Amino acid sequence: MSTAELVNHRPGRSYVLSAVAIVSSIVVFIIPFAFIVLTAVKDRQQSADLDFSWPHQFQFVQNFVDVVKARDYMLVIAFINSTILTVASVAGMVVLAAMAGFVLQRRKSKWNGFINFLVLSGLIIPPAVVPTIWVLQKLGLFKTMPGLILIEIAFGLSFCILLFRAFVATIPRELDEAAIIDGAGPLRLFFRVIFPLLRSVIITVVVVQSVNVFNDFVNPLYFLPGDKNATVQLTLYNFSGQFSTQYNLLFMDILLITIPPLIMFLFFNRQIVAGMTSGAVKG
Amino acid sequence: MTVTSARPQDRVDSTPAAPAGGGKVYTPYSFWFYLPTAVLYSVLFLVPTFASFYYSLTRWSLFESKFIGFDNFVTFFQEPALVKGFTNTLIYAVVTSGSKVVLGLLLAVLLTSRIVGRGYLRSVVFFPVLVSTVGVGLLFQVLMNPERGIINGALGVLGIQGPGWLTDPKWALMSIAAVDVWKGVGLATLIYIAGIVSIPREYMEAARVDGAGSWESFRRIVLPLCKPATVTVIILSLIGGLRSFELIWAMTRGGPGFTSDVISSVIYKQYQAGFYGLSTAGNVILFVVVTAIILPLSWFLNRKEVDM
Repeated sequence: MSTAELVNHRPGRSYVLSAVAIVSSIVVFIIPFAFIVLTAVKDRQQSADLDFSWPHQFQFVQNFVDVVKARDYMLVIAFINSTILTVASVAGMVVLAAMAGFVLQRRKSKWNGFINFLVLSGLIIPPAVVPTIWVLQKLGLFKTMPGLILIEIAFGLSFCILLFRAFVATIPRELDEAAIIDGAGPLRLFFRVIFPLLRSVIITVVVVQSVNVFNDFVNPLYFLPGDKNATVQLTLYNFSGQFSTQYNLLFMDILLITIPPLIMFLFFNRQIVAGMTSGAVKG
Repeated sequence: MTVTSARPQDRVDSTPAAPAGGGKVYTPYSFWFYLPTAVLYSVLFLVPTFASFYYSLTRWSLFESKFIGFDNFVTFFQEPALVKGFTNTLIYAVVTSGSKVVLGLLLAVLLTSRIVGRGYLRSVVFFPVLVSTVGVGLLFQVLMNPERGIINGALGVLGIQGPGWLTDPKWALMSIAAVDVWKGVGLATLIYIAGIVSIPREYMEAARVDGAGSWESFRRIVLPLCKPATVTVIILSLIGGLRSFELIWAMTRGGPGFTSDVISSVIYKQYQAGFYGLSTAGNVILFVVVTAIILPLSWFLNRKEVDM
């Protein structure tokens, strides 16, 4: 029972309303996803009809093989690239943002206002594209995977720092003091005492940011162009030109790319919700 | 930058119990912890942002730049294609943000009420948030096909001649906005659910004892107490709407013509065409638009909250 249930005065459940809600949810949300799955297993000719119909013949395996083989196994390379990108950048974000959020919450200094301002700017200000390319080129990181990883970390830090700062506030300072009295230095205090306690918020950050980085299209488009370096989102974009007459393969690609977020959603629903609604209860 | 200029005396080894003398207190919360974050953030975010102000005033080839004053901005506001992108950005952001507030609140009330299949409904409304934007764009590009797409097919059954959603200049931008709402309303709903659930039950009970109807308690209790959630939804979706690029690029690439261009797609097009100065000017304009809307708005919304 939640509060809002009391808004509804009639005792018991409203079955008419439920039925309407479920039917509309099927029309609005389930049919589009079913359309992806059905089109992905159709043969080429039938998929070109673009209609919502049962496949004449199921070509799951063949479409799968075709889309994987397309353009010299571009999709396989893209999945490897996206995995490297996601793992490396999320790991970087977690460590850097946890350290920054920790000090930001614990240490009151005259810089705090300015730092908080910078963190919020990172959330609001759209990154300047061409100047960023210019900086990357000066550093020799343009069109390289490490460059893109650093970009993703830099753009994702703000959100993570906010989450970590809020969570560190719930850890009692007595723990820090006990560790210091036992002779722990700053690094030991953070990595041995605080970092393990951040586990639940780390899971939230990891899940939310890996979905974000995996689904990111703009940054790879600008900072890592070229077929060799394609990430999975770019394969969609490239295939959409090439497969404009082969909708079955295009939708097989969409289907494959939807699976990782779906798995995340099935296993980490609670953490995703916690991370994404953290703004609603912010102070 | 300034953050990293940690004072070395912070690292002086003294016991925590040492008396505070001349600001040389030992603290385990070292400023060095900011260093990697500060370096990365400054080099890849702050430096380009500041550089953009200068390079937006130049004709630029990445290797050499020629100062040309405000010519880029003049071009931006004279060329009809670019002006269209500017107005479209504002329309798109306001429409998507407004729809997300209204639909999100309605769905949240529905999904916190006693309804069959609540868990299923919450999941299904939220899932599109996690799906690749480009994938959603391509999916709806097919569904919105004017002759063969299933949306117009379904409308045809009802005897309505559906428009060319993405091919008709009058509809293109609004069709993309509708897909944006379809994909993003789950997040707004989730934020509103968190807000509604945090309302103390006693308030609703008291209202009921006082004889308030469903509408009354919604208007007088749920709506005002959801204010923080509303502020979050408005701010988040406005930022997202003003910066939005992926969906528009996946669905129409700004077409037909330039009728569904927004500032972000103009930035990309000018970048592709090699007009780096003009592209950067677009970035500066986007920066100004976002801050000029978000900062006063969040100040205004948060101030009102304190008054209540």
